Amino acid sequence: MILGEEMEGILAIVEKDLKAYYFKPPNISWGILFPIVLALSFSLRNPEGLTDLAPGLIAMAALFGTTSMEAIVITFEKRVGALERLQLAPITDVSIIVGKVLGGTIFGLVISTVMTVLSILFLGSEIVYPPVFILSLLLTAIDHSALGALVAVSVKEVFEAQTLSNYFRFPMIFLCGIFLPLDEMPAALRYLARVLPLTYSVETLRASMTGLSGNAPVDLLILAGYSVFLVALSVFFFRKNQE
Amino acid sequence: MTAIQVNGLTKFWGKIKAVDRVSFQVEDGDVFGFLGPNGAGKTTTIKMLVGLTKPTDGSATVAGYDVVKEPTMVKKRIGVVSETSNLYDELTVYENLRFVSKLYHVPSRLRDTRIKEQLDTFNLSDYRGRPFGKLSKGLKRRTVLSAALLHDPEILFLDEPTSGLDVMSSRNLRQLISELAERGVTIFLTTHYIEEAGQLCDLIALIVKGKIIEAGSPEALRSRVQDVPLLEIRFEPEIKIEEELLEEVPAENIRVYSDRVSILTRDVHKSVTAFTVLAEKRGITIQEIQTVKPRLEDAFVQLTGLTPDSMRAEKEAKR
Repeated sequence: MILGEEMEGILAIVEKDLKAYYFKPPNISWGILFPIVLALSFSLRNPEGLTDLAPGLIAMAALFGTTSMEAIVITFEKRVGALERLQLAPITDVSIIVGKVLGGTIFGLVISTVMTVLSILFLGSEIVYPPVFILSLLLTAIDHSALGALVAVSVKEVFEAQTLSNYFRFPMIFLCGIFLPLDEMPAALRYLARVLPLTYSVETLRASMTGLSGNAPVDLLILAGYSVFLVALSVFFFRKNQE
Repeated sequence: MTAIQVNGLTKFWGKIKAVDRVSFQVEDGDVFGFLGPNGAGKTTTIKMLVGLTKPTDGSATVAGYDVVKEPTMVKKRIGVVSETSNLYDELTVYENLRFVSKLYHVPSRLRDTRIKEQLDTFNLSDYRGRPFGKLSKGLKRRTVLSAALLHDPEILFLDEPTSGLDVMSSRNLRQLISELAERGVTIFLTTHYIEEAGQLCDLIALIVKGKIIEAGSPEALRSRVQDVPLLEIRFEPEIKIEEELLEEVPAENIRVYSDRVSILTRDVHKSVTAFTVLAEKRGITIQEIQTVKPRLEDAFVQLTGLTPDSMRAEKEAKR
């Protein structure tokens, strides 16, 4: 009964967020335009190596799609008092954060799916292991949506959330094996890369698209661990900042 | 039955004591008003009662449930109207109500009926398809109030319900609140409009600097200052009399308006004489002198040492 009510609350938050924020035409068009612009800029720089970059581009689309929108939605609601409405409802803080994270996850999945379709249509990319690819994409979207939620619940203003997000987003692009394989990095950066969830996203997506399974099962477990850890940390800071 | 029981509730924000050992009781069906200036601890007290923050010390039960141990049970039984109209601008009135009904677990078979009832009760049926962000302030407050009642709460918390509304919208909202009280809903209301509290409330608690300094029915509070006559002197032309000039008028308290002064005094003769001298000097013609029954506002001024005008000014500045 209680679990059913919590689920009802989570789904209501997801539905409301998608309708009120994520699926507004400007957000959809930005979300689709962003990966296209990314793909175009990389194709101008290195037209031949673009297929190798596809897993990284898809992961980046999920990273930016989730973190940027999540940070805006939560901080905006905090500012106008709409987040307080959720806190007043008979659902737990965990359900509020899970609802918020799932909304961002769905948006991130839509954006990264567009990027995937573009990669298949125009770059000749393939998905060799669809189940691994789908699971990897799902966990990537959950992880980074939770990361966006963690940033948003820790700050007060939208601009603070965006600035803080950029502190980890841009280094992640260069550290997580999108452009430069981890093996070619200095040891210190390699260790740093192993702390970042995007590294495992890129590895598993690459494995599912190239057929080289590598450490995919372990990487997927790590990504799943990150999603639980980041949601728990978001709930912790959400509660802490109420006091 | 007791709807709200508060015992020694205390809250520190960092090192600041926002609420200091507050205790009170609200019976089922009562309209309880919490009056005080900005920063007095009204909103912090509400936040503790509705489960938004935990008390540092003390205890409270709402609808029979402990606010710290059983916050979800409390939240199921209460409706809250925050000071800000915090529904979603992008969603229509209907979509907002539907969302809130799901959030409060209104059974799906009853949702549309409940929403229709609320739309009818609050005269919102014509606006059901309009985005919330495009409604007037008065319509927004009505929508927020209707959303708070969708799950049929036993207790309704209203934080500054008429704040920022025009006269007609405020009057309509007060009427709706009175109707809810008649239906037996227990109402916990904070406001800085003293006469509004006087009209709506069965019980009023005055809170200043985190402490309740007086509590009782509006009549009981008025009677506390009944022994000190309130002298009202009307004059013309309408001018602003500097308060320093009135220092020579013996009084417990003086409030100055453009066309009159209200003087709470134990010596009516001396106060009238002193004001008459002042009026002569300033070329003011006294139109009327009368002693009036103290209003709740006068009781508030005497009991708290604050003026309603300063409270309103603070509120406006905050907004």
